Amino acid sequence: MHRILAIIERDLRRFRRSPTLVLVSIIMPLVQLVILGYAFGGIIKDLHLGVVDQDHGVPSVKMKEMFQAIAANARTFDTTAYEDLATALKDLRTGKINGVLNIPPQFSRKVLAGFNPHVALIEDNTDQFASTSLQGSIAGLLTAYNQKPPLPHTTAGATLSVVEIYPYVPYIQYLLPGTIVLSIFVSCMIGGGIIFIDDKARGLHEGYLVTPISKFDLIMGFNLAGAFKAIIAGLVLVTFGSIIAGIPDPLNIARLLRLMLLVVLTSLALISMMFLIMVRVNDPLVPRAVFGMLNTVLYFPSGAVYPINAFPAWMKAITVIDPFTYAVHGFKELILKNNGLAAISYDLLFLSGFTIVAMAAATMLFRRTL
Amino acid sequence: MFDVEVKEITKCFGDFCAVNGLSFTVGHGEVFGLLGPNGAGKSTLIRMMTTLVPPTSGTALINGFDVTRAANEVRKSIGVIPQAMTSDLDLSAEENMSIFAKLYGIPREKRRRKILELLEAVDLVQWIDKPVKNFSGGMRRRLEIARGLVHEPKIFFLDEPTTGLDPVSRVAVWEMLSRLKREHDLTIIVTTHYMDEADKLCDRIAIVDHGKLVALDSPLKLKASIPGKNILEVSFSNVPSGWQQALERLPEVVEVKADDNIFRISSHNGPLTTVELMEAARKAGISVASLSVQSTTLDDVFVHYTGHQLRDALQAPVHGTMFPSKN
Repeated sequence: MHRILAIIERDLRRFRRSPTLVLVSIIMPLVQLVILGYAFGGIIKDLHLGVVDQDHGVPSVKMKEMFQAIAANARTFDTTAYEDLATALKDLRTGKINGVLNIPPQFSRKVLAGFNPHVALIEDNTDQFASTSLQGSIAGLLTAYNQKPPLPHTTAGATLSVVEIYPYVPYIQYLLPGTIVLSIFVSCMIGGGIIFIDDKARGLHEGYLVTPISKFDLIMGFNLAGAFKAIIAGLVLVTFGSIIAGIPDPLNIARLLRLMLLVVLTSLALISMMFLIMVRVNDPLVPRAVFGMLNTVLYFPSGAVYPINAFPAWMKAITVIDPFTYAVHGFKELILKNNGLAAISYDLLFLSGFTIVAMAAATMLFRRTL
Repeated sequence: MFDVEVKEITKCFGDFCAVNGLSFTVGHGEVFGLLGPNGAGKSTLIRMMTTLVPPTSGTALINGFDVTRAANEVRKSIGVIPQAMTSDLDLSAEENMSIFAKLYGIPREKRRRKILELLEAVDLVQWIDKPVKNFSGGMRRRLEIARGLVHEPKIFFLDEPTTGLDPVSRVAVWEMLSRLKREHDLTIIVTTHYMDEADKLCDRIAIVDHGKLVALDSPLKLKASIPGKNILEVSFSNVPSGWQQALERLPEVVEVKADDNIFRISSHNGPLTTVELMEAARKAGISVASLSVQSTTLDDVFVHYTGHQLRDALQAPVHGTMFPSKN
């Protein structure tokens, strides 16, 4: 045990003198949280809708008034009237407007005759987010337009009332669990990957290998030292990230303790994985080269930025073995839903099992010679 | 019993054998030098003896323990100073020592005393709590030597301990090693490609070239083993045909080697040969461009046994090092 502690002591003393590692692994995910959170999380506003009214009847005027109400209140879009469709389409193609709503001739006559008239939305679909927002807004508006008061003695249609059991979760809060895991990962990648291989290349490990330390003690020492630094990064993100993202009651002690347990298990799982990947690597360029790739392969499929349900089957297969998935899910349960440990028992079990398997495999693969 | 007994040890990397069937023994208290050019196989040999590289065949007994079967017992018996400086720059001298004392399981009550004693011995006690990044190369090497002795090993391996040091630091390291050897009753095995270092430090020298042992004896006996007591190096402005044969006929000359207009003459009597040489040159109308007379050195021994000067060579890659080792 004293040999494991010696390895940890050496690493932590170096870390204390040069804490760049933790600063980098904290600041980068925090910046990402804030930038991505606000970049993707906002409600889309101020789109430009061109309206071509080829009808000019009372129903079409009523519809245009509803559009103007949206422009004045929700500000999802504003409207510009066009005399002809060709000019509107030209402006759509040159990016002056985001969509064209065409009210065709005979629209009012069909409405009054009880037919089902069509209006067309021609949109710039190169921006999926804007076009989906425009579609949703106009579809809602048409539903309201079509709403008729029920006649006496007739059956009314069913309507849907949505009740949200948690307070509104802005995107920055949705991103926070993934960001915490990302900061732990960055710390493991630098401490367990880059510094580990650099030390090996500089011959520092040669000093260890000529002592009577066992393989297991060496690996435990490296892993625990790396995990300790990752835990610090994770705890800072849990605390400051929660405050920045506006999580209610961010300093609740009971929840912080539950989060701490998850931070510890996530750190151990990711540092073990990192060590397993790097155990036979000698070239200092390798961890730097695989950093971005690992980040992409592990972070994005984990559900950190988008729901897993939307992924194709091959990507869902990655999520099954990706420790990020379980860590992100666990942090979502604890942070966004304020659940207890029972809700994340499977995540804790997976992370613990993953750590044991990765450590055992790394110990087997570790060469005690040069 | 020998402290070190190397038996037919071989290490091959694919088709290339860095060490090829070497055998030798080292007695207790000896300073044993492995001398050879870069790429000769010295570092690979020392890595096999210190359990860092498994031999392809053969073995070595260190303090009676087999490196392939009782590696941990070997590790407890030896102190190793690798060629690369491996002390932590961010830690102080004492912290560097303390970490290794813990790795060797030195009890707490003994640790501090031992560290102070060794830092005193290497003249670094005044820098005990200073970060190593502020140390000069010589100071770092001395610290690493102290670190290698923290667990009181019986046998001390040093791989190129003075490479990269300035002449003053080199001499300081030599003197310190000699003192430590006396005070700690050590057997020392040192690799070097510096002839003067091997000559001054070592009781016996093994000359290694292309992974093979080409000579093994004390520096004095090695020097005595080659023809001639003196070496004359002489160059001429013009050399007529048959001039080398004329030089070989000079009194007391043992051997003449030519390289363009430069001749390397081994002689049993340097002064006499010099006089005769000048006279022969005058009679032949040849002017002497330069002339030097030297006693036999280990360089001559090395050239004699290997047939060439120290030279660079490509090496097989060794895991765990960023740069090719310079053995």
